[in-house]
Amino acid sequence: MPSFINPAYDTAHLLDTAVLMLSFALLYQRRLFAVLTIYAWQALFLAAAAAWQASAQGAPHLYITAGIALVFKAIVIPLALHRIIVSLEIHRNIETALGVGATLAVGVALVALSILLVLPVTTASGALTRESLAAALSVVLLGLLMMITRRNAVSQVVGFMSLENGLILAAVGVKGMPLVVELSIAFSVMVAFIIFGIFFFHIRERFDTLDVHDIERFRGERR
Amino acid sequence: MSAVDVILAIPAISALILALLPSYKLAARLNVLSSGLTLGASIAPFFDRPPTTALLLIDDFNIYLVALTAFVGFTTSLFSARYVLHEVAIGRLVPRFLRFYHAMYQGFMLTMLLALTANNLGVMWVAIEGATLTTVLMVGLYRTHEAIEAAWKYFILCGVGIALALFGTTLMYLAAQPVMGEGLPAMTWSELLPRVGDFSPAILNLAFVFLLVGYGTKVGLAPLHAWLPDAHAEGPTPISAVLSGLLLNVALYVVLRFKMLLAGNPLAVAPGPLMVTMGLASLLLASVMLYRRRDIKRFFAYSSIEHMGIITFAFGMGGALANFAGLLHMTMHSLTKSAIFFAVGHISQVKGTQRIADIRGLTTSQPLLGWALVVGVLAIAGLPPFGVFMSEFLVLTTTFARQPVLALLLLLGLLIGFGALIWRLQGLAFGPGEGGEKASSVALLPLFVHFAMVLAAGLYLPGPLVLWFQNVARLLG
Repeated sequence: MPSFINPAYDTAHLLDTAVLMLSFALLYQRRLFAVLTIYAWQALFLAAAAAWQASAQGAPHLYITAGIALVFKAIVIPLALHRIIVSLEIHRNIETALGVGATLAVGVALVALSILLVLPVTTASGALTRESLAAALSVVLLGLLMMITRRNAVSQVVGFMSLENGLILAAVGVKGMPLVVELSIAFSVMVAFIIFGIFFFHIRERFDTLDVHDIERFRGERR
Repeated sequence: MSAVDVILAIPAISALILALLPSYKLAARLNVLSSGLTLGASIAPFFDRPPTTALLLIDDFNIYLVALTAFVGFTTSLFSARYVLHEVAIGRLVPRFLRFYHAMYQGFMLTMLLALTANNLGVMWVAIEGATLTTVLMVGLYRTHEAIEAAWKYFILCGVGIALALFGTTLMYLAAQPVMGEGLPAMTWSELLPRVGDFSPAILNLAFVFLLVGYGTKVGLAPLHAWLPDAHAEGPTPISAVLSGLLLNVALYVVLRFKMLLAGNPLAVAPGPLMVTMGLASLLLASVMLYRRRDIKRFFAYSSIEHMGIITFAFGMGGALANFAGLLHMTMHSLTKSAIFFAVGHISQVKGTQRIADIRGLTTSQPLLGWALVVGVLAIAGLPPFGVFMSEFLVLTTTFARQPVLALLLLLGLLIGFGALIWRLQGLAFGPGEGGEKASSVALLPLFVHFAMVLAAGLYLPGPLVLWFQNVARLLG
């Protein structure tokens, strides 16, 4: 049983699992501020996972990825979204399309799916990589689920960012993948652009609310 | 500095300059100038093939697409210059936004050209992601309810799409890493291709599914096409033209690069049937949906889904002839559809509406624009003697020879789409004309150049072009 012999293996697993557990917490949490707090924690654990991989693989560039996750995702973005929520006065409960129980059941099914999908095909790769990848795919799918079940634009963005956390988790878990730093920067730029740039400005000007449900009234087809 | 560096540097530098330039009139001219320079630079690789580096690559497959992309980018910038002047005149756009618009236009061209010339899978992904970024904000430029909804939908759907594509890229590296070792070569396309036979087929399969779904979202394949009609209809028309004419092609090009990798491993799943199914589904769905469209830009957006379906189908069938047809159709659709959007952009400006029901008898009220639209619709419907007819005919005949049942479905989709186009065209172009306001300035030159090329290709394909298409068709397997 390698998991009891190798402390590097155990720590990596612990951090991956923490990120995954926080994805579940995001699924059932209904208050916007709490959603942001959980997201910040998830980014923090992602940063720790990346830093751990950096030292375990001897890949110092991963420290940059960890730094981006720590500063940008765990601190700057949650604070900015917090301000947006306060200034728009939308800190009420979130309406979800599915009940908590049903959402969690689907979430568990998605985790099972990603384990069934990843483990059989990666038998040639190291055990650490395989299990990290299964956890990462679960985080990706749970982020997708969160985007589907939420009606509010802020929580959809949080869902997207938590999905992105899963991708970074996958990329740092695969040994020696080049360009991880560049890829994570590209993603962060996109998220930053969307959040701070024009987007919420537009939505705020036009709707005074960030509820996507209101946007969807306009089916787009001009009559 | 090689030719590829120049091709990429021109739009990059122009984007920076345009972002700082306050005068929108000057910016529109500079946009044309820099697109023209890019076009000029894109010809250079034909004479002096740049060396393949770890990040950039020019081979038989993309050399022509780079030129096509630069060409459509240039003609669209000509159209855009007239288009935005009118939009400012009627107050739909303010000069402040145009600065942003022009910078983003060049940024978009940069990402398109980078995606085409990238040799590294990560760089390829960054380029496609950058294309999403630059176009999302342009789609929302008008800031109407519909435009914001379209931009949001576009961001959410394509954001998820590119996220899945990144996961697929990670898996591709995971497949390559045991064979190629760690580091850049394991993500370099030209290094992967000769050794892909040794990769684990199971991981390759999983990677391809993620990549097909991810990048397929950007191609607009059913059932992942929901963003496409909205993004085309609500953004400025030059953006609709480059989305249809360039972005869809480039996204499909990326999928084909991965298809080539998969084809190199005999144990991996054959990518063909997956692509055939998605292509046929897109074709049938879009051609039926054409009948219920009330918005003229949305109408032609669905026609784009239809044609991307045909192209994906052709590449999915594979083989020298079907690939040849697919490449030809890619080129023809790109030229024809962007020209149609030029015409539609001017028409909706002249008429002040995008509602099909409010646009009648164009050939009498606006003869030049009206007949241009007639020519465009007949060309895209696949009537001879236009190039689209030739490519569709080739796809159909080669499919009949190999899979008659699929060919019947393909024919059905083509006929349904044909009916919708002709039916709508009658109302739009013929009958009593209702005089709209006079077109203040119409850029007809790009339109006619595109149509002339499509017509010429239908009548006679030059020898070197045929040779190139055949070469690449063999490469694609």
